[in-house]
Amino acid sequence: MKRRSLHWLIPFAALPVLALLAYGFRVNHRDIPSPLVNRPAGTFALTSYSGEAMRLEAYRGRVVVVNFWASWCMPACYEEAPVLERNWRAYREKGVMVLGVDIQDKPEAARKFIDQFSLTFPNALDPSGKVSVDYGVYGVPETFFIDARGNIRAKHVGAVTDDVFRREVDRLLAERG
Amino acid sequence: MIPEIGYGMVIVAFLLAGYGAVAAGVGGRTGRTALVESAQHAALGVFALVTCALLLLAYAFLTFDFSLRYVAMNTNLATPYYYRLTAVWGALEGSIVLWAWMVALYTLIIVLRHRHNAREFYPWVLTVMLSVLAFFLLVMAVPAPPFERITPAPMNGRGLNPLLEDSGMITHPVALYLGFTGLTVPFAFAIAALATGRVGDRWITLTRRWAITAWYFLSLGLLIGGWWSYHVLGWGGYWAWDPVENAAFMPWLTATAFLHSVMIQERRRMLKLWNIGLVILTFSLTLFGTFLTRSGVIASVHAFTQGSIGMFFLAFLSIVVLTSLGLLAWRWEALSAEGELDSVVSRESAFLLNNVLLVAATFTVFFGTVFPLLSEAVRGVKVSVGAPFFNQVNIPVFLGLIFLMGVGPLIAWRRASRDNLRRNFVWPVIIGAASAGLFFGLGVRSTIAIISLALTVFVAVTIAVDYLRALRARRRMGEALLPAMGGLLVRHNRRYGGFVIHLGILVIAVGVTGSQAWSLHREATLQRGESVELAGYKFQFDNLSSREAGNHFLVESTFKVTNGKAGTRELRPAKKFYPQEQSPIAHVDYHLGLVDDLYLVLGDFARDGSQATVKVQVNRMVSWIWIGGFILTLGAILAILPERGERRKTA
Repeated sequence: MKRRSLHWLIPFAALPVLALLAYGFRVNHRDIPSPLVNRPAGTFALTSYSGEAMRLEAYRGRVVVVNFWASWCMPACYEEAPVLERNWRAYREKGVMVLGVDIQDKPEAARKFIDQFSLTFPNALDPSGKVSVDYGVYGVPETFFIDARGNIRAKHVGAVTDDVFRREVDRLLAERG
Repeated sequence: MIPEIGYGMVIVAFLLAGYGAVAAGVGGRTGRTALVESAQHAALGVFALVTCALLLLAYAFLTFDFSLRYVAMNTNLATPYYYRLTAVWGALEGSIVLWAWMVALYTLIIVLRHRHNAREFYPWVLTVMLSVLAFFLLVMAVPAPPFERITPAPMNGRGLNPLLEDSGMITHPVALYLGFTGLTVPFAFAIAALATGRVGDRWITLTRRWAITAWYFLSLGLLIGGWWSYHVLGWGGYWAWDPVENAAFMPWLTATAFLHSVMIQERRRMLKLWNIGLVILTFSLTLFGTFLTRSGVIASVHAFTQGSIGMFFLAFLSIVVLTSLGLLAWRWEALSAEGELDSVVSRESAFLLNNVLLVAATFTVFFGTVFPLLSEAVRGVKVSVGAPFFNQVNIPVFLGLIFLMGVGPLIAWRRASRDNLRRNFVWPVIIGAASAGLFFGLGVRSTIAIISLALTVFVAVTIAVDYLRALRARRRMGEALLPAMGGLLVRHNRRYGGFVIHLGILVIAVGVTGSQAWSLHREATLQRGESVELAGYKFQFDNLSSREAGNHFLVESTFKVTNGKAGTRELRPAKKFYPQEQSPIAHVDYHLGLVDDLYLVLGDFARDGSQATVKVQVNRMVSWIWIGGFILTLGAILAILPERGERRKTA
């Protein structure tokens, strides 16, 4: 009888494996470590779609959010565009700059994208792809948070949400004092 | 309207499947046939609904209905109609629809075939099939809805992943999923056997052809996957031990073990517990594979996009594993073996060893696949084990399996006599050993290659010995040669189907061995007109041109290949630039041969076309893998045909 009662333990043999698989959810595979974090951000000088110069150095002293996007990047870029616009409007007076870098895109499609979401922060095409290479962009969208001294402090892969934007920007603003 | 109609069908089908699962179970428990019949109607209804859902999705793709998020994500106006059809199952949501449809189809076939001939199991089989269906329909309703509406509907879609624009993508997932879902049927019967306590060999007899059919489709899916990898991905190989490949390979290994171990149960009434355990393991591994490819838990090159779907799969996998093992524990006494092993030198023990090796291979593959997760959980570091680990561990196992492939079918049951051994194995051993010397004499220096090829010869000779002996017996009975040859295959189709499958596997083994041992490659940067030599072939860079080609921009190079003998050949490796993709896709150009495959991949190039980097490969004997696949197909067809003589003879 004692032997028999032990058979009920058989199903428990599977638990460690199932637990390990469950653990997999806790691991964030989006968390691609960027060697650029805490390094000075690469400078760039592009011409925005509205025809103005867009230079990173011009915003030294402000917290800068550099967002890499493309009009063909659906749905993530379409999801985050209103988020960026909303937060840019909320934060611009507090010393925050948002810059959009459009990569591997056709200008007319990109213009339509900007119109569709009535984006008011500057957006520029990265015609040679040099900026995205400098920033080690894997795919779009990716967003870099740069502090007032010009160092990259955080990288976000995937669509930016209100939470992410506020958390990162508030942290950098608080530092700046 | 399409999103709402489709979504409605999914919900109704889900409710119907859930109802049917419960009704069949209650009907089976209480013996109320009316309930089982009602569940049967539910199963037919689910099949009709899922079929309509699949057709509706295909219609949405054909008509560019971008109001469906799934359509917009996976097609655009430039996608040709045949890729719009394959896009139906090209990504996560659609693959689940196809999956569910196949389970529904199999359920329909069960209703048609086993309604009367498996009365004792039927209600429980329906319960399991409908539960699995209900789960997949739940996935279609909540975490991965194919009929989700996107507002506002975009003017154009994103487009299909260019790597999936290939004919292999029509057949590869279909074959693979037919295999995966087909394995649900033996599982359903095993659970029914446990639930009813009828754990004898009836359920095995009923599911033998199901198991071999599913096994065949799984094999085919793996082979087509290898072919796709070889001619599309452009890294020159057909198997990379990627987690997703492993996910499909593990159930193949355990299903192979099952196909062999059932024979012991049929003849010797042994291994009841083992067989049920194998079926449960196999089905769990198919779910694990789906979980792996769709949860994003383990990073892989061809993982689907991720989401909460992983949680659903893990929950379902847990329910399946825990319930099955619980039932197994409950029936433990009834599952204890009746027969005993008489001798180590017997067919039982050869098959048993084959099973042990296959399961060992499964565990090493499983371990290697989840290793990154394990190391992160235990040590906090992300580490993966690569191809070297899998090769090192598995090559000896596979060599052992090839050896047993020669021994198992010919050695006697119970206890092999000296006479039996001499009659069957003297010639194969002599010829096999002689071939090892021959290969060495021909200049083969890799020990593994020599062992592998000599074992292959050994097994091939055992098959020939057996076939010729049977043929001679028939000739003595006065049959003419050709009818005797054909008659053997047809009358003992199960046995000779198995042999033909073994031959197919041998040919594949030769291909794998040859390609691993003798393939050559080099990279070179060439000015226009320059050439590079490899394995006696001269590859001359002639030209580089570019043009718009349908939905992408194409940069194409031209290489002239000569090998000293007559005839030149032109190969045109290219790079394709798709607007929706970050990096260009290499388009491999190749020439397949029985021994040498010429294989060119274009690397970087100068914009003015004056210079190009190219990877040149001469891959050896890869074609044997695909030929082996054809032989395997013939064998499988033979083995799947209804049985004729075998049983009567040896029972």
